[in-house]
Amino acid sequence: MNRFLIPFGLFIVVVGFLAVGLTLNPRELPSPLVGKAAPEFSLPQLHDPEKVISSNDLKGKVWLLNFWASWCGGCKEEHPVLIRIAQSGEVPIYGMDYKDQRSEALAWLKEWGNPYQIVAVDEPGRVGINYGVYGVPETYVIDKAGVIRYKQIGPIREDILEKKILPLVRELQKQ
Amino acid sequence: MRWLWIFILLLPGLAVAYEAQPLTANPQAEARLKALAVELRCLVCQNQTLADSNAPLAEDLRREVREMIAKDMSDKEIIHFLVTRYGDFVLYRPPWKLTTTLLWLGPFLLLGVGATGLVFALRRRQKKVTDVTLSEAEHNRVEKLLSEGVHRP
Repeated sequence: MNRFLIPFGLFIVVVGFLAVGLTLNPRELPSPLVGKAAPEFSLPQLHDPEKVISSNDLKGKVWLLNFWASWCGGCKEEHPVLIRIAQSGEVPIYGMDYKDQRSEALAWLKEWGNPYQIVAVDEPGRVGINYGVYGVPETYVIDKAGVIRYKQIGPIREDILEKKILPLVRELQKQ
Repeated sequence: MRWLWIFILLLPGLAVAYEAQPLTANPQAEARLKALAVELRCLVCQNQTLADSNAPLAEDLRREVREMIAKDMSDKEIIHFLVTRYGDFVLYRPPWKLTTTLLWLGPFLLLGVGATGLVFALRRRQKKVTDVTLSEAEHNRVEKLLSEGVHRP
């Protein structure tokens, strides 16, 4: 009996590890940038290429930085959530049009609605690299001092918004 | 007609072939990029190196690394640049840290556990094989049986 008990015990342990492993998402990598100053940028605006949007202009308030693109499927998925945030007026969202074409990005916003205060254009994806972006959509919560407090990889879902992002934003706004 | 054929056959001679151009003006830099790119992970298609991947992000990162090489940054600085942005995951060889101790030592640990188990199992088996001293009568019986050979009923 004992002979079978040991392999069976090992089997259960292995199954346990595999079961936990299956529920993990390998695409969610912990960002080393959380808790660090948000990388600075100064980029042309989507709606008015003559104007520049700089991260320095946004110091002193809590804001969300949302990397998106018109070619990105997940962005469409999270779009209603962003619209809802924008309508509530709780926290401003700034968009970063990542590796996209201006005309298509504008058409996308026109069709689905624009939740962003201002959209910056990161056509070569350099600001994306500075922020450690490896897939859109990605969203950063940045505090009044310009420090990244949270990074959302992939679309923002309702539950993540209610449980993580909004409570964090409210707390940061009080500071 | 024959002249036409000769003319047609000679036509390719007019094409001037050049030697293939190197990908960059600086083959040394390209060699460095290659060496670095096989150590770095593409974050989009996670089990490919930066060198293998065709993902747009991998292209961008190769461009970034190329530019850093052009700026004469050391390999260490370039790797630091990527690790501060993407974390240790970007490295194919994870660094030795508290969190990666198990990763590095795990295989040796398992080997140790297996070896110890083997030693114990062998020892236990050895104990089971005990020497039995035969009496004179038993010895004679064995001799007799062996000399008679096998009798099948």
